[in-house]
Amino acid sequence: MTITDETIDYVGILAKLELSPEEKEQAKKDMSDMLDYVSKLNELDTEGVEAMSHTFPYNNVFREDVVTNGDDRENMLKNAPEQKDGCYKVPKTFD
Amino acid sequence: MNLMGMTAVELGKAIKDGQVSAVEATQACLDSIEACEKDYNSFVTVDREGALAQAEEVQKKIDAGELSGPLAGVPIAIKDNMCQEGVQTSCSSKILSNFVPTYTAEAVVKLQEAGAVIVGHTNMDEFAMGSTTETSYFGETKNPWDTGRVPGGSSGGSAAAVAGEEVPCALGSDTGGSIRQPASFCGVTGIKPTYGRVSRYGLIAYGSSLDQIGPLAKNVEDCATILEIISQYDKKDSTSVNRDDNDFTSALVDDVKGLKIGLPRDYFTEGLEPEIKEAVYGVAEALKAKGAIVEEFDLGMVEYAIPAYYIIASAEASSNLERFDGVKYGYRTSEYTDLHNMYKKSRSEGFGPEVKRRIMLGSFVLSSGYYDAYYVKALKAKALIKQAYDKAFEKYDIILGPVAPTTALKMGESLSDPIKMYLGDVYTVPVNLAGLPGISLPCGIDKDGMPIGVQMVGDAFDEKTIIRAAYAFEKTREYKRPAQVSERGL
Repeated sequence: MTITDETIDYVGILAKLELSPEEKEQAKKDMSDMLDYVSKLNELDTEGVEAMSHTFPYNNVFREDVVTNGDDRENMLKNAPEQKDGCYKVPKTFD
Repeated sequence: MNLMGMTAVELGKAIKDGQVSAVEATQACLDSIEACEKDYNSFVTVDREGALAQAEEVQKKIDAGELSGPLAGVPIAIKDNMCQEGVQTSCSSKILSNFVPTYTAEAVVKLQEAGAVIVGHTNMDEFAMGSTTETSYFGETKNPWDTGRVPGGSSGGSAAAVAGEEVPCALGSDTGGSIRQPASFCGVTGIKPTYGRVSRYGLIAYGSSLDQIGPLAKNVEDCATILEIISQYDKKDSTSVNRDDNDFTSALVDDVKGLKIGLPRDYFTEGLEPEIKEAVYGVAEALKAKGAIVEEFDLGMVEYAIPAYYIIASAEASSNLERFDGVKYGYRTSEYTDLHNMYKKSRSEGFGPEVKRRIMLGSFVLSSGYYDAYYVKALKAKALIKQAYDKAFEKYDIILGPVAPTTALKMGESLSDPIKMYLGDVYTVPVNLAGLPGISLPCGIDKDGMPIGVQMVGDAFDEKTIIRAAYAFEKTREYKRPAQVSERGL
C-alpha cells in the first residue's frame, strides 16, 4: 500500500506528532512496508469469527459509589511541568 | 562467601540463618553494580541510599521475627516501567526522564512487603518497544556473555543484570516476549504469567491487553518464588483475576512421568538456527528420559501471529501513549506557540523513532476507514490463534519450542530493518495474544558461545505444569555463567 503525503499528515494529526521532512519520508516507507507485511492476514478466512478482545471472559467490575481516596492534588501536581494555583498550567487555548 | 553467585533463594536463606545481614547483601549487590555498569549498562537508576535504608528496615523486621519469607533482605531490580514512589521511573524514554512517581506499582509493593530490597531500575527498550534494548534513551545495555552483542529486549537490563550477577533477580514485563527473549539471550530464566495473574497497577502501559509483569532469575525456583509473591488479586487492576492457586513453589517437583508434551512441527522450519533446533529437541529427549510423552503436532496459525500482534500492540500503544502531552507529567518542549503546538512538539521531541513508528501505525489502523480492515481483522486472527492453542491443550499439557529463531545478535544488526526485527518474535508473541503462561530457560550454548533458550507454554492459569517441567529439565543441566562473571567470582 502506498502512503501519500496526505495520509502521513493526517496520521500526524491523529498521533499528535510533528515530523521533519526526512522523518516524514521514512515514516511513509516504514508504514507502507509494515502495512504490506500485515496484509498477510487477508489470507485468513475470518468469516463468522468473532473479534476477540479478551482471551477469557471478563465481567464488569462494580463497586459501591463511595469516595475512598483523599485529596491527592499535591501528589498529582508534583510532576507537572508547570502549575499555578493548584492547577496544571497550559498555554493560552483561546482568545 | 560469594553472595552475588548465589540464587535469590540461597541468599534469602543465608540472611534468615544469620550468616549474612540484609545490609551486607544489599551492599554486595551495590558493589557489584558499581563494578559492572561500565561494561553492561543494565541500570537506568541505582537507588543506593534508598536500598541501604530499606535493607536496614528489613533487617530490623527479620530480627524481630516479623519477616521470615524466602526473599526477606534479598536485593532485586525492577524494570524502569514499574512506578516506584520517589524513584525516577522513565520507561527509558526522554519524555519521562524527569518523572518521579508518587505511588508504587502493586507488584513492587508485594515485593517490598515480602522484604525484598529494591536496588534500582533496569534499562529497557523505550516504552518496551523493541527486542534489543538498543532503543533506550539512556544508551544500550550489553550482553554479559559478549558485550558486542545485545541482551535482547525489551527487559534487556533485567536479564543482563541477572546474568552479569549485578543482582540475584529482577522483574521484567512481557508484551510480546520481552521477558522470555532477553532471558534466553542472557542465559537466565524468566516467566511470563497468564494474563491477569499479576496486577498491572503502576506498570506504565504499552499494549494493555498483552502486558504482564514477571520474574527473571538464575533458576526456576527463584522465578517460582518471586511469582508466588507478586501474584495476588488487585482490585485496582480491573483485569486482575482472583485465583487461589498462586502457590507456585509447590510445583518445584522433579517429576514429569506421563506429562504430555507437544512439539509444534511448524516451529521448526527454515528460519530457525539448526543449533537451536537441536538444543530444543535435546530438551524433549531429556524430559522423555524422565518419563514424559513427547509428540510432534501442527499448531497452525504461526505465520499470522506477528502481523496480528503488531496491529493490536501498536493500536493499544497509540491510545495508551496519548497521555504524554507535556501537561501532567514528563517532558515539555521549551518553545511553543499554542496548546496544540506544545503537545506536538513535546511528543515529537520526547519520543524516539521506534515509539513514533508504532504510534503512527497504531493511529492509522484505528482510523476511520481502516479500523475494520486492520484492527478488527487482527482481533479475529487473535481468536483463531487462541483456538489453535485450545485445540493443542486438549491433547498436551505443555507446548515445547524455541524462544527465538537466533541467539543474541550483534549490536546494531537489528534496528535498520524493523520488520526483520519483528520476525524474531515469532515464537513469543502468539503466547501473549492467547494470554497464556510461558517460561524461558537456558538449554545450551551455540558455537559462538552464546546461550540458547527453550520455551515451555502452558494452558491458561497452568503455570504450575510449566514450572514442574522446567524444574525437571533444569535438574539435568548445570547453571552456566558468562566467562567474565566466572572470572570475577573467583
